[in-house]
Amino acid sequence: MRGPRRLPAEQDPVRPKDSGPVTITVDGESLSGLQGQSIAGVLMGNGRQSWRRSPRTGRPRGVFCGIGVCFDCLLTVNDIPDVRACQRRAGEGDVITTQEASDV
Amino acid sequence: MAERGRVIVIGAGIIGAAIARSLVRGGSDVVVLDRGPSAGGTSSSGEGNLLVSDKGPGSELELMQRSLELWREIGPQLRDELPSGFPGLELEYKGGLVVATTEQGAQGLREFAAQQRTAGVLAEEVGEEQVRQLEPDLTRNYTSAVYYPQDAQVQPVIATESLLASARSGGAQVHQGVEVLGAVTSGSRITGVRTSNGDFLGDAVVVAAGPWSGQLAAKLGASLPVKPRRGTVMVTTRMPQRIQHKVYDADYVGAVGSGAADLQVSSVVESTAAGTVLIGSSRERRGFDDRIEARVLAALAAKALLLFPFLSDVAVMRAYGGFRPFMPDHLPVIGADPRVPGLWHATGHEGAGIGLSLATAEILTRELLETPGENPFRVDRPSLQPYLEEAA
Amino acid sequence: MSEKACQVLIIGGGPAGMSAARAALAGGAQVVLLEAGDALGGQFWRHLPESRKGGEEQVLHHKWRHFNTVQRELRDDPGCEVVLGAHVWAIERPDGGQAPAVHVMVGPPDGADREPRTYLPQSIIFATGGQERTLPFPGWDLPGVYTAGAAQALAKGERVAVGQRVLVAGAGPFLLPVVTSLIRTGATVIGVAEASGWKRLAKGWLSRPWELAATRSKAGELGGYLREMVHHRVPYRAGTTVIAAHGEESVESVTLARLDADWKPVPGTQRRVEVDAVCVSHGFVPRTELALTVGCTVDAHGFVVVDDQQRTSVENVFCAGELTGIGGVDLALAEGEIAGATAAGTQPRASVVKARNVFRAFAERLQTAHGIRPGWQTWPEPGTTLCRCEDVTVGEVREVAAATQARGLRSLKLTTRAGLGPCQGRTCGRNTEEILSSCGLLDPGRTARRPIAIPVRLGELAATTSSQREETP
Ligand SMILES: Cc1cc2nc3c(=O)[nH]c(=O)nc-3n(C[C@H](O)[C@H](O)[C@H](O)COP(=O)(O)OP(=O)(O)OC[C@H]3O[C@@H](n4cnc5c(N)ncnc54)[C@H](O)[C@@H]3O)c2cc1C
Ligand code: FES
Repeated sequence: MRGPRRLPAEQDPVRPKDSGPVTITVDGESLSGLQGQSIAGVLMGNGRQSWRRSPRTGRPRGVFCGIGVCFDCLLTVNDIPDVRACQRRAGEGDVITTQEASDV
Repeated sequence: MAERGRVIVIGAGIIGAAIARSLVRGGSDVVVLDRGPSAGGTSSSGEGNLLVSDKGPGSELELMQRSLELWREIGPQLRDELPSGFPGLELEYKGGLVVATTEQGAQGLREFAAQQRTAGVLAEEVGEEQVRQLEPDLTRNYTSAVYYPQDAQVQPVIATESLLASARSGGAQVHQGVEVLGAVTSGSRITGVRTSNGDFLGDAVVVAAGPWSGQLAAKLGASLPVKPRRGTVMVTTRMPQRIQHKVYDADYVGAVGSGAADLQVSSVVESTAAGTVLIGSSRERRGFDDRIEARVLAALAAKALLLFPFLSDVAVMRAYGGFRPFMPDHLPVIGADPRVPGLWHATGHEGAGIGLSLATAEILTRELLETPGENPFRVDRPSLQPYLEEAA
Repeated sequence: MSEKACQVLIIGGGPAGMSAARAALAGGAQVVLLEAGDALGGQFWRHLPESRKGGEEQVLHHKWRHFNTVQRELRDDPGCEVVLGAHVWAIERPDGGQAPAVHVMVGPPDGADREPRTYLPQSIIFATGGQERTLPFPGWDLPGVYTAGAAQALAKGERVAVGQRVLVAGAGPFLLPVVTSLIRTGATVIGVAEASGWKRLAKGWLSRPWELAATRSKAGELGGYLREMVHHRVPYRAGTTVIAAHGEESVESVTLARLDADWKPVPGTQRRVEVDAVCVSHGFVPRTELALTVGCTVDAHGFVVVDDQQRTSVENVFCAGELTGIGGVDLALAEGEIAGATAAGTQPRASVVKARNVFRAFAERLQTAHGIRPGWQTWPEPGTTLCRCEDVTVGEVREVAAATQARGLRSLKLTTRAGLGPCQGRTCGRNTEEILSSCGLLDPGRTARRPIAIPVRLGELAATTSSQREETP
């Protein structure tokens, strides 16, 4: 087992309340997380580490700063481009397209 | 006045840079002085439009037409002169599309284009189908559109640094962080400048200090009515290219020619090589007030959306502004100042100094190193007289 | 667009901002507190959202009770309006002695139809905090390399661990709480690499010990983290750092090396360690865009200069917390309280002023013990990314600077493209300036200027003009 993962609630010393699931689609694939998670949280909770490519050399990008300053984690949410995944909470049914294909 | 000796150029913006290169190639010994860093003034605060579309028949248009020829020649020359790691000029002949959105605007645009055609400007009125081809995402709510295939663009900072580097490789000295404080004179003649870094002596002194030229010229003994005219530009995040040309609303033409002090906004929208969209620009006379104001940004955004409604969801990540060197009679000043022997000017290019720089340098070099000829930009032209007295 | 007058406007809902709000209220002022996130607490007290509220959240936090108390007080005080989701995108220096006008979009982060508001406060307190500075090394832009703050945010706010075998590296005591959070989120921390050597650490922390005694709560906090590290047998190596990360699509291993006093790697000390994540943070930089736009004077390190009452050089503008220097939560709380009290026209408590001065001394120790050393410039290779947004390498920047001989950042930015991407130089600015410092820069500090403080959408911007027109037909 490698990479990011969400600590299962039953092992969690913080004892988070069960908020119920949230489901989003990412490039057509359905991913589930917990209500109240950020989009980055849902992606990483599902083991995803990168979802964007840098513009000139196409290097993979995901979360770097986690606090909204680096803009590495941008993706498109319900057709609105350049949303910071680490800042935006996942909404039920959000349709996400990654800005992976660097077509610029 | 053949002064093949030493020339002091004040200002390392695009005008000073172009002059330095051209004088060096003419055999002069050139010293460029700037109180700040190179390309730190207006030349890095605007856009890089090389436009004929906004100019009516007259000497400014002719200067631009000559400049465009020179821009074509200079690309390959600089490539030979500069080291391989030097960034390219991003010189692009993409053409411009001027769009009117009202009936009145359409009328004005057609008349303007007709006059321009008599002066050799390519200005084609284009129909619905052609507009769709040129700009598929343009608003449907326009009344008339004219295509200007000669309009081009350059990256102004790279252009300035390229010209300076070329001048340097030809022997020019460029001193950054040296402020000119006053003149060194001999009788009525200026023979050098006093600076924050000691005196620099020369046979000729050229004022190329952009919007600060009025202040500087006063220190050197001559009045010059150059005023700052503030402009603000916005840059969006990168996106897949959906804007193919330079697209302006027809008000741009009116705003450029106007001298009004209050805020005027007309959009110039275009994609850059990097995939961002540049949205310019406002015109406002507010002295050297360098604030970026929300109301100006809002007005710019509103205008841009009239042309390209799809931009609504696009994010603006940066805004910057600068001061155009504005002249009350709308012509730059290029040439010797008869009031102070040895003093020369090359300034007052308002919103077109990037475009006009190369032909400006050509005229100044010719006047300085060869024989002065017919020059509509001389400082003692009749249209400038009343303002010179006012500024004095 | 609605324009709102108010007495004291505070930007930033972390410890400094909350403390400022509380003190200003106590001083009788009417207060508006703007916070971009959807909860108060800032980076330090970042916690699970209300819907996932933890029963034992204090296990990840220091001073958690205090946070809850202050939060409740602010919520219950009718004189206080807390605006969450408040994204300040522009601020304007006013003409006279008034405070600046603050332009805000209220709604989800990077939303498209947020509500525009303009606040016209009598005084303003910036408490916008800091962000980490990560120095570039080969591979630092691989997924799996995070700032330490990212690991913290994901642990505290999401209960997500960035990896399973994690190395924490960089400089400063703030690496320690990251270790604790990672452990309590189910990760194995294989070590902490502190760039400063024991000698410097001793000089910073062990000299004048009687002064440290006054900072007991800080020492207690750090002591707790240390105990946890020892308990979990997490090795702590001083004078060591990560000088390269390796992998194709994500980090698979890192190279560690011992550093000399200048942070230059000592030849022959390199070794490779397998990890699936590395958290790196070499220091902090203040988030000064708003303060700079209104013209606040900053010092050589970019921190806002304040007087004893937390006043900046601009009339009616105060700063508190990491904007004025990095000293941790206790300093932020004290500075916030002083700024809030003064902005409300009252005298701050003498004990807080004393506390502030004590914790300022702590901030100085931090700089002595952990401040970034120039040897880092030998870590990157020419092909190492400097600006992550625009893919500009260290080598390209050096080459263009040498070719143009420019001495201005404005020009260098536009010729190299470093800092021109979506983060607008937030991540690379300092590093770029240090690399270029050998050019004799005439405008140092310029990469921190950002008149648009956060991206706004053209539609949102345009809407501010149409609603204005509706109001004044
Ligand atoms: C928003 C905006 C958009 C624009 N768009 C375009 C466009 O699309 N196309 C176009 O062609 N033009 C455009 N322009 C205009 C163009 O940028 C200017 O005309 C041009 O840059 C002027 O160049 P300059 O060399 O005269 O001045 P600057 O670039 O301002 O250079 C003058 C230099 O003089 C120096 N200086 C001043 N005083 C002293 C002193 N006492 N001692 C030493 N040095 C001194 C300054 O530091 C400065 O570096 C735009 C301008 C603005 C503001
Ligand atoms: S990870 Fe840096 S902005 Fe989201």
